[in-house]
Amino acid sequence: MDLQTMTYWVVGATFALYIGIAIWTKASSTQEFYVAGGHVHPIANGMATAADWMSAASFISMAGLIAFLGYDASVYLMGWTGGYVLLALLLAPYLRKFGKFTVPEFIGERFYSKAARFVAVFCLIIASITYVIGQMKGVGVAFGRFLEVDFEVGVAVGMAIVFVYAVFGGMRGITYTQIAQYCVLIFAYTVPAIFIALNLTGNPIPQLGLGSSMADGSGMALLDKLDQVVTGLGFAAFTEQKGTSLNIFLLTASLMIGTAGLPHVIVRFFTVPKVSDARVSAGWALVFIAILYTTAPAVGAMARLNLMDTIQTGEVGTPDGNLAYAERPEWFKNWETTGLLKFEDKNGDGRIQYYNEANQAFAEQAEQYGWKGNEMITVDRDIMVLANPEIARLPNWVIALVAAGGLAAALSTAAGLLLAISSAISHDLLKGMIAPDISEKKELLASRIAMAGAIAVAGYLGMNPPGFAAQVVALAFGLAASSLFPALMLGIFDKRMNRTGAIAGMLTGVGSTVMYIVWFKGWFFIKGTEFAANTPDNWFMGISTEAFGAVGALLNFTVAIVVSRMTAAPPENIQQLVEDIRVPRGAGAATGH
Amino acid sequence: MNEAQKRSAYWKANLRLVGQCLVVWFVVSYGFGIILLEPLNQFRLGGYKLGFWFAQQGSIFVFVALIFFYARQMNKLDKQFDVDEE
Repeated sequence: MDLQTMTYWVVGATFALYIGIAIWTKASSTQEFYVAGGHVHPIANGMATAADWMSAASFISMAGLIAFLGYDASVYLMGWTGGYVLLALLLAPYLRKFGKFTVPEFIGERFYSKAARFVAVFCLIIASITYVIGQMKGVGVAFGRFLEVDFEVGVAVGMAIVFVYAVFGGMRGITYTQIAQYCVLIFAYTVPAIFIALNLTGNPIPQLGLGSSMADGSGMALLDKLDQVVTGLGFAAFTEQKGTSLNIFLLTASLMIGTAGLPHVIVRFFTVPKVSDARVSAGWALVFIAILYTTAPAVGAMARLNLMDTIQTGEVGTPDGNLAYAERPEWFKNWETTGLLKFEDKNGDGRIQYYNEANQAFAEQAEQYGWKGNEMITVDRDIMVLANPEIARLPNWVIALVAAGGLAAALSTAAGLLLAISSAISHDLLKGMIAPDISEKKELLASRIAMAGAIAVAGYLGMNPPGFAAQVVALAFGLAASSLFPALMLGIFDKRMNRTGAIAGMLTGVGSTVMYIVWFKGWFFIKGTEFAANTPDNWFMGISTEAFGAVGALLNFTVAIVVSRMTAAPPENIQQLVEDIRVPRGAGAATGH
Repeated sequence: MNEAQKRSAYWKANLRLVGQCLVVWFVVSYGFGIILLEPLNQFRLGGYKLGFWFAQQGSIFVFVALIFFYARQMNKLDKQFDVDEE
């Protein structure tokens, strides 16, 4: 069977599975729609959370980032896992005890203020929409490369699938499809990794293989070999730190705090039966996430080594040390047609030279070899995962699996985000503010309509992505870190925190973070409207815009505490509420009343 | 102990445990993986430089262990202070 037919079969089979689950899990009450009825087993919830969390970016892009950034990509590895410790210790159990449907609902009640709830809804919607655009784009790309259909058709098919299980099943449908999607994506991610680790080091476990010696008989450690190969071509050493420690520190902190403050992740912990389940479920979520996140460094490093070795076949500088373009492997040709790999024979020798021309010293040396510049003018990071099975010459079914895995990762995250958006609209805005007397049946209908609307908007934005789509992911984390996380944490841990303090804190956090991003990236990321060039020299203390969320969070905490101490303490019943969420006893299933 | 004292003692015990866990959380990631990267890279763990290992592997394993440790200790505290769920 040829690759394309195989891919259609594998992807088709997974889609049939998701739709089968949708038919089996129709939601019949708002409780089922918002929190899957509140009786999801903690391990099952952990698995669903892992799929919810790991997006197209985790599945496709992260290993590519590691391959080219090396040590500096550790910020993503630590940042996107360490947030679960904050979630498990500081938020999940208490919000589960509170026992309502949405994150803004907690903020509204704890700070006895519709304005606070509205600010939370606003942050939630901005953060979630920006995120979901990326997922829709991921769906389109995966379809385009593997099934050779148009980008728009790919996005439309993805929307249709999500529509079936999210509109009818709500959180219940999403939970069980996410579990299936986790199995598909983790299998698709680890199988090629195992083959490659085995190939390069003789050790089938990628986490151990990365710390092993090469199987080529040299006895050299793989990471040392990689450092040697890349520095030999003028690139920075893989294991060496390139950015400043302060920026790496703050970026890690921003990603951790942002992770813990993202509403679509938090609501997953409203679906388990008990407070103690919420704690342990966060542990299971991280186990399932860690399987991919500890494999990714191996995939990144090994794919980089494979790529370098494919092109630089012999000693650097010798006339026949570089791969002849005519002899390039099949996968190279496949990815050239997508435009993600591009070669230009600058010195006309018919061979490929791939090196770091920005490195002055090495560029001078390269000239003596007769090289006239780096000839791999495009090497897209994403192909590190997508082309991996082809580079390692794995069978077609593995390649088909990677396509299904990428789609599973994108669809599961999109569904979680869409649920967060639609419940904020139907539960927080409609039921909470506009029409409090609405019946449950009507609210359920409204939530389905909101879901359908959110899918349509996400699909439209996925097909016509605003130019800034890639950059706004930083904004999503910045917003979650600087607004929602501090408000939630103070609401639980500081009994004295009142309405004025919380709102002032949230506005300060969001305002400072947005201003910092706008200052260097312009209004709505439009070039020319920025106030200063986005370069390290201009940054405040060398802090990049992506890393500013942690500073915003710190400002939020400070302002909230100072303002709350200067104003009246919260009413007695609110202080009682705080006392109450701090103890597990008496947690019923989540309700909307 | 009356009900209010019991709850306050439970909360203090919880805060102490959270504090201890967060110290470990901070040390393995920000400490070993970022601040002490260079000195730790003098040591090796198989083919890994130690600081690099903490940044890309070790910290994640510790995070997982920490959450399960916290969950177990909290279950004990819940029982000890009689605030556990039925």
